[in-house]
Amino acid sequence: MRYEFDFSAPLTYWPDFVAGAATTLGLSMVATVFGFLLGVLCALGTTGRSAWVARVCNVYVETIRNTPLLVQIFIVYFGLASVGFKVDAFTAAAAALVINVGAYTSEIVRAGIQSINPGQLEAAECLGLSRRQVLTHVVLPPAIERVYPSLTSQYVLLMLASSITSQISAEELTAVANRIQSDTFRSVETYLLVAAAYLALSLVMRVAFWGASYVAFPRRRRTGTTV
Amino acid sequence: MTLLSGAQVHFLFQGLWWTVVLSVMAFVGGGLLGFVVAILRVYGPAFVRNLTMLYIKLVQGTPLLVLLSLTYFGLPTMGVTIDPLTAAGLGLSIYVSAYLGEIWRGCIESVPRTQSEAAECLALNWRQRLVHVILPQAVKIATPSTVGFMVQIVKNTSLASAIGFVELARAGQVINNSTFQPFVTFMLIAALYFALCYPLSVWSRRLERKFHVANR
Repeated sequence: MRYEFDFSAPLTYWPDFVAGAATTLGLSMVATVFGFLLGVLCALGTTGRSAWVARVCNVYVETIRNTPLLVQIFIVYFGLASVGFKVDAFTAAAAALVINVGAYTSEIVRAGIQSINPGQLEAAECLGLSRRQVLTHVVLPPAIERVYPSLTSQYVLLMLASSITSQISAEELTAVANRIQSDTFRSVETYLLVAAAYLALSLVMRVAFWGASYVAFPRRRRTGTTV
Repeated sequence: MTLLSGAQVHFLFQGLWWTVVLSVMAFVGGGLLGFVVAILRVYGPAFVRNLTMLYIKLVQGTPLLVLLSLTYFGLPTMGVTIDPLTAAGLGLSIYVSAYLGEIWRGCIESVPRTQSEAAECLALNWRQRLVHVILPQAVKIATPSTVGFMVQIVKNTSLASAIGFVELARAGQVINNSTFQPFVTFMLIAALYFALCYPLSVWSRRLERKFHVANR
């Protein structure tokens, strides 16, 4: 088997690659921010007082975690369009990713919340803190700090999973690659380039999350413990 | 109005069957390769250890979809003819091997060091230590997370639809193209995937609880 690699043809498309990478990052950022908010709310729901809310949140988490992202994307994009909500591919992709990662975030944050020592809650109650204050000052900051590494991995996985949205023609990195390889017939080179781009993106995300941890958790910064 | 004709239902269950076949292929292939990766990662010489670490990082940093495209579109341009099932099985096996390799490495390393030291004192050679002392304990630790990862495998086989392999997700797309009822069709597909994955999730959680009780 002799094969001569020729990266020149796909490399002439570099502006497309950059645009695709930007879309991938954009999708990931939207999904990370809103997925995080949804996940935290859902985690509070599952650990909260209302059994009814907890049940609804659990059904959501289990349903999402046991079905493929691809099918979820199809339901959001084709399904919603068929019942009258017509959205463009990017919005549908972002919405599906938010719904998907929200469930995973919820499971991670729930573990963090449950790891909080009950003594802390009792102490906070004794100090007369309201339920809201207990959550925002006593429960959530250390809970999220504790599961921060898992959250980082989850959001990097999410960035990689955003490649699946190419299936509904959201113009992100993988969709760009599919188009370029059918233009140039240089499929090995194209996909190797894209794989390298994804590796670089996941490295960028890890560094960004590592930097963000120093802003978000000042106590760590003071004591010098690593996240 | 019937939602799906008999032939369509039959087609759907054929897709379900191929999803199961592909999952088993990925688990067996990825498991064998992952075992080698885990062993090399723990016991190999420094150079090999670094190489397997690089392999794991590379595969874990690449989306599965790109891996599948590389095997299905890439190999033929290099002169290797490959059918969708083999390509999907190969891509998934590589993907699974990196994750299982890393999971199992952690399990092997979490067996207390004193165990292998004691076995060494009893004059067991490396192979005997591994087979009779380390692995039986590591397997016990590894079972819950391995079963949990099976759920990921089943879900990830849906990506084989992108390279034209007709499994459950692809069957859903094909049926949707003739019925024009995406909501119903894909909900049904999701329900079928759920029926495959949920028992595995429950099983994994039960194993985990049992394991925690045993180690309290």
